[in-house]
Amino acid sequence: MATFADFSPPLSSRLAVTPVVTAHIELRQSPISYLLLRGAGDQGLFTSLYTSLAQQLPREPMEWRRTYGRAPKMIHLEANFVQFKEELLPKEGNKALLTFPFLHIYWTDCCDTEVYKGTVKEDMMRWQNSLRAHGSADWVIIVVETNDTKKKNKTNILPRSSIVDKIRSDFCNKQNDRCVVLSDPLKDSSRSQESWNSLLLKLRTLLLMSFTKNLGRFEDDMRTLREKRTQPGWSFCEYFMVQEELAFVFEMLQQFEDALVQYDELDALFTQYVLNFGAGDTANWLGSFCAPVCSWNGLLLRRPIDMEKRDGIQRGEASLLDLRSYLFSRQCTLLIFLLRPWEVTQRALELLHNCVQELRLLEVSVLEGALDCWVFLSCLEVLHRIEGCCDQAQLAANCSHTVGLWAYATDKLKSLGELCGLVSEKRPTSEDLNRTVDLLAGLGDERPETVNSLQSPYKKLKEALSSVEAFERHYLELSHAAMEMYRAIGRLRSARLVGKSLAEFYMKKGDPERAETFLQEALKSYVSEGWSLPVTHTRKQIAECQKLLGRTEDYLQTSALLAGDVNLTTEERKHFCQEILTFADKSEDQSHKVTLSMGVFSQLTRLQFRPATASVHSGAVLQVELTLRCLMPVAVHIQQLAASIHFDLERGGTNGRSKGNQRQTNPGTVEFHQGNSSAGPPSSSAAGPPLELDEIQDRSPSDNSLNSTGVVCKNTHLVMRLHDNISLPDTPNCVSPPAVTIQEGAQMLKVQDVTLEPGNNSILFTAPSGQPGTYTLRQLYATVGQVQFVLPHIYPSVQYEVYSQEPQLTVEPLSEPLLAGLPQMVKFTLLTGHYAVKKGDALQLSNTDTMPILPSTSCTARISNPTAELVGESALFIQSSEKVTSISLPATPPYHTVEFLLEVLCIIPSGSDRPANESPAGVCPQMSIDCPWSIYSTLLALTFYIPFKTKHSLLSAGNRKYIQVCVQNMSDVNFTLAEVKLAEKQHASLELQSLNTKTQQLLCSKHSVFCLWEVRWKDDLPSCLQCVFSANFSPLKQDVSAFKPFHYQFQLERVTTLYSVRAEISPPAGEQHCRSGFLCGLEVCITRLTEPAEGEMAEDSKTDTDVADSSSNWAVCGKSSGMVLMPMVADATHKVQIEVMPLFAGHLPFPKIKVLKYLPHTAAVAIQPDPDSCVENDSLSLLDKALDDQGDTASIRSRGSVHSVGSGDQQQKGVAMPRLEPFSPGQVFNHSHTQQVLVLPATDDHILEVNAT
Amino acid sequence: MAVCIAVIAKENYPLYIRSVPTQNELKFHYTVHTSLDVVEEKISAVGKSLGDQRELYLGLLYPTEDYKVYGYVTNSKVKFVIVVDSSNTSLRDNEIRSMFRKLHNSFTDVMCNPFHNPGDTIQSKAFDGIVSGMMVQTASYT
Repeated sequence: MATFADFSPPLSSRLAVTPVVTAHIELRQSPISYLLLRGAGDQGLFTSLYTSLAQQLPREPMEWRRTYGRAPKMIHLEANFVQFKEELLPKEGNKALLTFPFLHIYWTDCCDTEVYKGTVKEDMMRWQNSLRAHGSADWVIIVVETNDTKKKNKTNILPRSSIVDKIRSDFCNKQNDRCVVLSDPLKDSSRSQESWNSLLLKLRTLLLMSFTKNLGRFEDDMRTLREKRTQPGWSFCEYFMVQEELAFVFEMLQQFEDALVQYDELDALFTQYVLNFGAGDTANWLGSFCAPVCSWNGLLLRRPIDMEKRDGIQRGEASLLDLRSYLFSRQCTLLIFLLRPWEVTQRALELLHNCVQELRLLEVSVLEGALDCWVFLSCLEVLHRIEGCCDQAQLAANCSHTVGLWAYATDKLKSLGELCGLVSEKRPTSEDLNRTVDLLAGLGDERPETVNSLQSPYKKLKEALSSVEAFERHYLELSHAAMEMYRAIGRLRSARLVGKSLAEFYMKKGDPERAETFLQEALKSYVSEGWSLPVTHTRKQIAECQKLLGRTEDYLQTSALLAGDVNLTTEERKHFCQEILTFADKSEDQSHKVTLSMGVFSQLTRLQFRPATASVHSGAVLQVELTLRCLMPVAVHIQQLAASIHFDLERGGTNGRSKGNQRQTNPGTVEFHQGNSSAGPPSSSAAGPPLELDEIQDRSPSDNSLNSTGVVCKNTHLVMRLHDNISLPDTPNCVSPPAVTIQEGAQMLKVQDVTLEPGNNSILFTAPSGQPGTYTLRQLYATVGQVQFVLPHIYPSVQYEVYSQEPQLTVEPLSEPLLAGLPQMVKFTLLTGHYAVKKGDALQLSNTDTMPILPSTSCTARISNPTAELVGESALFIQSSEKVTSISLPATPPYHTVEFLLEVLCIIPSGSDRPANESPAGVCPQMSIDCPWSIYSTLLALTFYIPFKTKHSLLSAGNRKYIQVCVQNMSDVNFTLAEVKLAEKQHASLELQSLNTKTQQLLCSKHSVFCLWEVRWKDDLPSCLQCVFSANFSPLKQDVSAFKPFHYQFQLERVTTLYSVRAEISPPAGEQHCRSGFLCGLEVCITRLTEPAEGEMAEDSKTDTDVADSSSNWAVCGKSSGMVLMPMVADATHKVQIEVMPLFAGHLPFPKIKVLKYLPHTAAVAIQPDPDSCVENDSLSLLDKALDDQGDTASIRSRGSVHSVGSGDQQQKGVAMPRLEPFSPGQVFNHSHTQQVLVLPATDDHILEVNAT
Repeated sequence: MAVCIAVIAKENYPLYIRSVPTQNELKFHYTVHTSLDVVEEKISAVGKSLGDQRELYLGLLYPTEDYKVYGYVTNSKVKFVIVVDSSNTSLRDNEIRSMFRKLHNSFTDVMCNPFHNPGDTIQSKAFDGIVSGMMVQTASYT
């Protein structure tokens, strides 16, 4: 078997990429046998050819086609030439593939027919027979021809071909390719080269053919053997050797992948057997593997083939660990050839786990710790092996593949250390030492490969187990290496777990200080990710550390956390709670107070204000109820529970009410959300604080309409800073809470001696409310002996307000609107604020003439408290003097409301007093009130609305005059109107005769009543009349006493009728009636009725006549207006003739005739206007507009034509314009107003016009 | 089948974790927590190469001497971890996959519950039942 040793390539060349380089080494043993001609002195010939043959054969690759659909491969064949011996031929059932002769070659340089016939042929026959006897058909005969031999046998030379032909005919029937000629092999000629090439090709082809055939047969045999595995007597070890043979062959052919497959198949087969064993299906051969393990010297990966183990397997003496080790070492070798070192590490870890499991499954008895040794050694061996074939950079980059082994080794070393008593403060006991010796015994001697290496796994383990110090050194080295690697590849959690394990080691070694750092780090990660069980466990370890270290404050903090941790049992929690209480009671030293975070002890869950508005006036009682969820497992007595208050002097003035807590949905109650306790559900800590949302509405300041609405997040700063925030409240172990000093002077909510039961506790405080201002709750303290729990910030911030209010008096109408002229009720509301109304305090109202206060006997005041409950009623005492009305108030405590009603009357001012255009508006009589609490008077303004609107008009009938007064009710009240009167103030001779029949009249809301008087006079009608209308009114259905007077003054001017106008329409000549479409004559007759009055100007008598038709019934032809100069005498008459044309048939109203006063411009006075001249065109069109706004375009056009005629003789263009002014109503009386004339249709009446309006 | 089944939120806190032998609960918590390292590693590795289309099943996260830890991650980065006893060799990859699929379906049902607040720990009885089903089978095997 020494041959195999030669296989092993130097370590450096194993990873050579080109398989060709390794080929020389691997295929030297290639199993091809060759034959030489005996006795012909040809030994020399072959020896001379051998070198070049051996060199040239592997030079060219051959395509290897394979059975079972496996992909073809290019391989280089190399051959080992062996002298033929009968014994070398394989016998039946041969399993050795490595020494198998694949091709037999017969060499001859015979060229002499006689010699051939005499000896060679016979020799060949014998050779052939022996081959045939062994069933081998892979042979070839090579005939070497040289010129020398030809020359030598010149005499009896046969043609060269004849020898070859003879051989062919003798041996190769139908297999001509089995005989090859090699010509002049030692000469450097093209002929020789050619024959070499064809020989090599032939050899390769035949060799490959034979190889394929024999390998196929071998594989078939192997499969058959495998199929027999269920038969009794089948042995895995035997089969192992067979399949490994195949693996070797593949390895030699550099088909490492295929070689690996063979081992993997063996691996899987074996695994399956073990599993079947576990399932109760036992194979006999497995018995040898169940033997107790007595050697645990780990994997050996430094040799390509561990012959020692292989022999063991071959002999069926290998243990499970041996088999696994050997198998893995082979797989490892092949994987490294395949440049897959990282698969080695992965497989190694699997193997180690698997072996441990398999030994357990097979119930193999193993010395305690022996497997740990084996695993430890194996891990390190694999790591060394990998380090041996990779550089540092590669190793660093592939930490993720190796770190598992490092961690595993660390783990195993730790458990070994614990087993051998190396992990403790004391020395190992003798029992421990015995165990160590047993373990070391199983390691055996160090293997020769590593004897000289200083850092071999073997040495490491031995050293580590030798002493406590050495163990610590090795263990720390491994732990740190594993941690570093984990960190480097970002597996921080794994690193921390290793760290925790290290911490446990330190704790056992009595070094809590170092342990704590690792524990804290681990804790931080568990807390931040919300893993409550690891948190609790780690915290418990930390508590132990801190207790040992004497770090009281931290220890108490951790204890508090643990006492409230629901993952612990009640006993444990009680223990930690007791730790705190014991400390709190024991220490007498006042200076040594410990401040802990409140969150670990109890949680503030709710705060409730009473009253709920959280806003009281100064001095009032405000209660605050806190709900604290105590997390301790037992009831805790608290000496003092206090909340510090920040006081803010209020700046907003007196009215504190408006700032009340409108934002809270549940007024007066604040809920605190604290999910950050270790005991609470971890989700809430990770999910962060819940969103606090508020609805916002933006309303327009003018009309309170909604502009926009939205939702706003109030605690964005908390939600957004989630990640910074998570760890804060929960890591009191790392960061001690800030030192808080209590300011003695500050205001506080305090409760002494409370016992907090586990769970929710309700604590009632009475809040200070002395000074007005804003009080904000800042911090909460609970004092238990020497321990003080502090909640540094109460969030969301809680505040209440204390306000001080000035007394406030409001006066408002009991019902809107207030009506003038009628008694109305007015409501007085007095908010006393901080002022206490004493007996005898009175309101002094200054009287005004327009608004007297009506004395009433039964006037009571209602007094109600701030919550609008009626407290009392008392009669008011009202005293009126000439100027002042004094109302004495009942005694009222502060912050109460006094309400009473007062009846007032606002007198309607008569018409002359108020501006004429201010008709519906009200009057605002002003009143001042003097209050006892203020030196200033309060001005009071109430608006009273006048209920009526009056209008007057003058009506004429020729010379007779009538005055009409219209009273319109503007209010919503129905009235009765009585004693309607009209009087003239200046002219006694004048008589106003009432034409009103009813004495009382109903005046409904929004309706009007008309009253009429005829004016009668004796001598002359005065041009100006001063009239007073008066009436009494009362709301409907009230008695006579309720009637109130109402006056209305007005003045009438230019009452006298100056002109009468009479118009006549005459049909065209010869016609009885007017016809539409025919011109008619319009005669307007203006008559002066009166003598000119004194002061009447001559110019006044100039009048302008205008004829217009508003309903487009008439077309005015020719001039439609003109100036008339009237004589200034009575009965002077002027006639104007105008032609008009009716446009429709029927009873048509007369065209409108307007008489206007003509006022020449002052500048134009000098120029006497021609009486017949027409007025300015422009002014005429102005007239048009004024009179005939609704006139349709047709009539305008028709008049336009008139204008154009009239404008022909216009003069004085450019001179300032004269004006036209209407007469006062009553100055002109039109007789033919609303008169109608019958118009017949035109004779041609086939044109019908139908008007449907 | 499984000895421990855990559902872990996107933020890596446990939504649900249950293990079979209660005395080892703590150990499983540590194991599952540590496995998150590998889960994250696998997610980031897959994320780089394949983009959005990735398999939810992460396969064997890491073996220990006693347990095999398998991982699965939903598209919303919720992780499922199943810990299987190493001695339980009858379990094939396909069975683990189907367990994860069942778990995922049940988890989806839980999420569909309008009364469930996403991010809260899972309290669903139906989910509990599914998990128990996966664990109970272990008892019958061993």
